[in-house]
Formats: sequence, C-alpha cells, structure tokens
Amino acid sequence: MSAIGSLGGAGGRTKTAPDRPEKRRLTPYWLLVPGMAWLLIFFVVPMVFLGSQSLQTGSFEDGTKLTWNFSIYWETLRGYWPHYARSIGFAALATIAALLIGYPLAYMIAHKSGRWKNILLVLVIAPFFTSFLIRTLAWKTILSSGGPVVWFFQQTHLTDLLQWLHLTDKDTLLATPFAVIAGLTYNFLPFMVLPLYASLDRLDHRLLEAAGDLYSRPFTAFRRVTLPLSMPGVVAGTLLTFIPAAGDYINSVLLGNTRSTMIGQVIDGQFLRVLDYPQAATMSFILLIIILAIVMTYVRRSGTEELV
Amino acid sequence: MPTPTSEGQGDLCLTNVTKRFGDFTAVDDLSLTIPQGSFFALLGASGCGKTTTLRMVAGLERPTAGTISIGEEDITEAKPYARPVNTVFQNYALFPHMTVLDNVAFGLKRRKVADATKTAKEGLELVELGHLAGRKPAQLSGGQQQRVALARALVNHPAVLLLDEPLGALDLKLRRQMQLELKKIQEEVGLTFVHVTHDQEEAMTMADTIAVMNAGVIEQLGHPTELYERPASTFVANFLGQSNLLAGEISDRVGGDLVVQVGGHKLALPGDRSTRQDGKVWLGVRPEKLRIGLAGGADGAGRNHLDGVVLDASFTGVSTQYLVRLAWGQAITVVAQNDGSALLRDGDQVQVSWVPQHGFALDAAQDAFAGAQRVGDDDTPVPALGGAR
Ligand SMILES: Nc1ncnc2c1ncn2[C@@H]1O[C@H](COP(=O)(O)OP(=O)(O)OP(=O)(O)O)[C@@H](O)[C@H]1O
Ligand SMILES: [Mg+2]
Repeated sequence: MSAIGSLGGAGGRTKTAPDRPEKRRLTPYWLLVPGMAWLLIFFVVPMVFLGSQSLQTGSFEDGTKLTWNFSIYWETLRGYWPHYARSIGFAALATIAALLIGYPLAYMIAHKSGRWKNILLVLVIAPFFTSFLIRTLAWKTILSSGGPVVWFFQQTHLTDLLQWLHLTDKDTLLATPFAVIAGLTYNFLPFMVLPLYASLDRLDHRLLEAAGDLYSRPFTAFRRVTLPLSMPGVVAGTLLTFIPAAGDYINSVLLGNTRSTMIGQVIDGQFLRVLDYPQAATMSFILLIIILAIVMTYVRRSGTEELV
Repeated sequence: MPTPTSEGQGDLCLTNVTKRFGDFTAVDDLSLTIPQGSFFALLGASGCGKTTTLRMVAGLERPTAGTISIGEEDITEAKPYARPVNTVFQNYALFPHMTVLDNVAFGLKRRKVADATKTAKEGLELVELGHLAGRKPAQLSGGQQQRVALARALVNHPAVLLLDEPLGALDLKLRRQMQLELKKIQEEVGLTFVHVTHDQEEAMTMADTIAVMNAGVIEQLGHPTELYERPASTFVANFLGQSNLLAGEISDRVGGDLVVQVGGHKLALPGDRSTRQDGKVWLGVRPEKLRIGLAGGADGAGRNHLDGVVLDASFTGVSTQYLVRLAWGQAITVVAQNDGSALLRDGDQVQVSWVPQHGFALDAAQDAFAGAQRVGDDDTPVPALGGAR
C-alpha cells in the first residue's frame, strides 16, 4: 500500500518539475504501475469488499446493510472451529506427506536421472494436463473397497494402523480423512517437487565431495550440506502445498465423509447454496488470517533470510 | 597444534594404479612413493590425469587396478571420510551457507575433536584470515577463499594434504606470494603435500620432488634441479623449461666422453649424460647454457662450438633471447645475460658454444616436439626446433 502512495506522489512531482534526471529516476515506478494496478483491482478491492460484506447483516432476498456486526466473527469461530482445525491439520499432514515423497523424487531427478531428467520433469507436471476434478474422481476408483489398494492395505495391516490413528473407519479407505489427505497430497505434489527440484538442481555436487573429504558420512553430508542448501526449496514447496491445501474443498467433497468436512467446503456451501454472503465472507476472512499467521510464523522460524 | 591424526603414518605409496573411464585410460599403471613430510609436485599438461590421480588418493574415484597405501595401511577401498587425507579443491568447494569459521571447523567437528572452534581459529590465523572469521565465502576475494580452503584442510592435520591447482585462479603476483606462503606453512606443519599444477615454475619453486606426468604415466621423477639439468625424455626437456634438441649420432668414445656427430660437427658429451651409448640421439642443451659471440672471436677451449646467423634478437631487460640459424637450417634459442656486452643484430655471423657437461642426450626415437609449448604467433618457429626433422 505504501508503494501505491509514493507512486501517486511521484507522479505529481513529474508534472511540476519535468527535468530529465528526475524522469529517469521515476522510470522504475512507472514500470510498477501495471503490477500495482493489477494488485489493486484483483486483490485489494475484493479484499475490502469481502471485509465489508462480512460485517453486513440482512438476507439475500431483502438485501444486506453494513452494520459493523463484529460479533459474527466470534460466533463463526465458536461454531466452526473443528472445520478450521481439520483444514489446517489435513493440509499440514498432506504437506508433510508431499515433502517426504517429493524430496527424494526431486533429488533423484536433479542428481541421478542423467538424460531422463527432462522426461521425468514433464511427468511431474503431466497430471495438470487433465482437470483437477477428473483426477480427484479417479482417486475414488483407486481407493474403492475391493480395489487393489484396499486389498494391499489390509494384507499389510496398514488399515489397522490408520484406524488406530482415527484416519479411517473399519476396513475402507474411501470416504475417510485418510482419503482426503491422500487426495490433497497427490493433487499438490507437483507444487512441492518443482521448487525442491529447482534448489537441488543448483546444488554443486563437488560440495558433497568436499564434505566427504572432511570426514562426513553420506548422511551427515546430507544433513549439513544438502539439506541446508535446499531449505529455500523446502520452504517454497511447503508453502505452495500448504496454502492451497488448507483452502481446498474438492478433495473433502469427493473423497471425504460428513465428519471430514473442511472449511473450504463449508464456505462453498454458504456462498453458493445457503447464499448467506456475510457468513461466507466471515469464514473466508478467518481462514485467510489463520493461514497468514501460520505462514508468517513458519517463515520466520525457518529463517529463510539467513540462507544463501 | 591439534592432535595429529598422522601418528606413526608413513609414506604415500601408489602401486601399479590404473584408472579407466570406459575404454579411455586416464592413469596408466602408475607407481609412486611420496616420502612422509615431503612437498611433492605433480606436473603435467592439461588432461594428463593429475586430478584423477589425486581423486583416487582422496577416495573420490576408485582405481580400476592397483593399490594405494599410506604407511602400512592399504586405503584403496577406504571411503573418503575414513582416510587421513584432505584436499584443497581446484574450485575451493567452500560451503556457501556457512561462515568462514564454520567452514574451517567442519572437518574437526565431524571428527568430534575437542576445542574444534578454537583450533579452527588458530588455523585461520595461520593463513592470516582471523579477522574474516564471521564472513560468508561469497564475501571474500578469490585469494582469501583459497586460503580458507587451505585452512579448512590443514587444521585436520591429515597424513597427506592434496592440493589440486589451488593457485590456478590467482593473478601472478598473488600467486608468487601464495607459493612462498604455502611452502612456509608446509615447512612449519611438516605434513606431506601433494601439489598438482601445470605451472612448471610453480612446481620448481615449491617442491622437493617433482613428477612430470604425461598421458597417464610418469615420465620422470626427481629433485627440480635434477629434472631440469638432466631430463630423461624429450617431453621433460621441453615441458620443464626450453631445450634445444639437435639431431645427431654417437660416433666415438674418448675417455669418459662420447663424440656426437651433429651436422658434420663433432660435439663432446660426458657418457653418463646420455641415455644411450651409440646410435642416433637428440643432443640437448638449455638456451641459457649457450654462450654467443661474433664469429672468429676467441672462445675457451674444451667447449662445443657451432656457427650460425642471428635470425632474431629480442631484448627483455635482464637478458636477450636470440634465435640463431645453424648451418643446416635448424633454429636454436640462445638466452644471453645482459652483462653489458654489445648486442648482436639480425644477420650477424655468430658462434655459439657450451661446456660438454651442460649437454644431455636422449634417444632419437622420441618425438622432439613432445611437451613443447606452443608459441602464439605463427611466424616464429617452434623454438629451437625449426628444421630439426
Ligand atoms: N569422469 C570421467 N569420465 C570420463 N573421462 C574422464 C573423467 N574424468 C576425467 N576424464 C578424462 O581423464 C583425463 C585426465 O583427466 P584429469 O582431470 O585427471 O586431467 P588433469 O591432468 O587434472 O588436467 P587439468 O590440468 O586440465 O586439470 C582427461 O582426458 C579427461 O577427459
Ligand atoms: Mg585437473
């Protein structure tokens, strides 16, 4: 916002003092205009609109009025905190799963794939060629009872483990929190792999040789050299996975049950079916604030600015 | 100093070491003993297998055949982290996310040495970088990074320190300075240094022993003066300094001396300075061993004489380099000290002479151009060899 303010001021000065060096100094600001305008129109304005809507009262049929109804925030939190907690929890688990799957995958593509590198990278983004919805629907078939995945989980008694963790009920996988988390993990995995790949690909293999030369076993070399140098990728990947996963509702609609409803699903219902716009806006705003708070704490704790 | 890991360690021995990449042989049946505490230089042209040899000693490459040992201990199969060997890499390979101090302490901490930080600080003092301990490598100059890399390896007190052209990126002045510093540090800490370089001057100023490597094999190994004064092959003669090689044939033996026929002249050479006692040879003599004067001038007896014409004279200050064409068309190089005598000009009829003891003879089957430095401009013939074949 301050950048926009200074932009206006700068524009004013050009008119009064149109000398050359001044103009050149302002060029960078002029170049910012399209980007700033974009942010203003598509981010700031909707935000303000949403914020004001959340504080209105009335009904869809009779119209709503701004009444500064702050109590709705408190009531929403009290009524829907399990949905928020579930959203954050599922997103966090999906992010961790995506990191555990994505890191070795990205490492392999960056350092071990040789001439298969480009093909593997295309394969990572290949799912994007079909719609999000279709891909999620495909998981219904994959996880359906009587399918090979369920059979495998039963044989290995993983179903018991998941049940014990309260992620599934009985011997099914579909329509459980587990299915929702699996869907989230699958759908956002490329967002984890690509930034990880970018930072691992830049890693100089000779640094690992140097670490080995300096008495590091492979695991120590990984912990002391590879991992810290790939932290920017880890942070970027986890953010790109966590943020959209926390607001997602397709996975919980298609793969979940009534007890695995995520907040995105509730917001969707309020906006499009119940048509209670103030309620939906409030829910969206709360989700936004929670995600922002988590992300800021996380980025600060992981100390990315100290990394190269 | 830190507790040495090198207790009771001995010489570094490479025995019949071969390394093949596919069907390309980078190092061919190399056998080498480097005595403990010596400064050993591995000298050779680009691509001759120097780095590969070092990497095998460091454990970063597995020999295709042969064994490597330090003292009694066979380390051929040992993992890099288990070897009492540290490397100063050609590109330094400093850890960009750590401070200079953490870089230097890295090896000590992995080995759980007590007082790692204190020892690392001492190591930094040794290379005079104590005041930059808190910086990141990216904030250092090339020469400073090089010294950090050196300190990072040195503090571990390895039995053998490998240096892979660590001075390659430095400018000439800093390079000379670092050479002296490295030599001083080596004498202080008394570790075995194996220094890879393709700069012959660097090798000669620093090393106790030089091995000249060519196409995966060691051509000659010895003290710098020995290699320079008595090269054992045309490659060494040309690679280490310059040599004039004259095509000749051993025709006679007078006492301990051989008589070599070169273009109709009889030239003397002590028998022990020739690799063969009969047949065709290359008779070699270094440019600065030649004395040059106007033809007909009196010159000491007991010297070898050849007549020629000055083709070119280039004055370089301390000395003048002459290109002299001999009777049979070959051009040889003569370097004359600037001792105040009159300069010779192009076209002057001259006589060059040298003491027989300064000559050496090599088997004529060898390529006279092996190891010769390429000269930049085309109109200068390759020094000393024009028309020799
Ligand atoms: N991993 C490898 N695969 C195939 N060939 C290799 C490999 N490493 C080195 N070589 C080849 O082995 C030869 C020796 O390489 P090496 O790096 O030891 O040369 P060098 O003497 O260190 O040269 P320079 O002075 O240029 O550093 C070269 O011809 C090189 O192309
Ligand atoms: Mg090399």
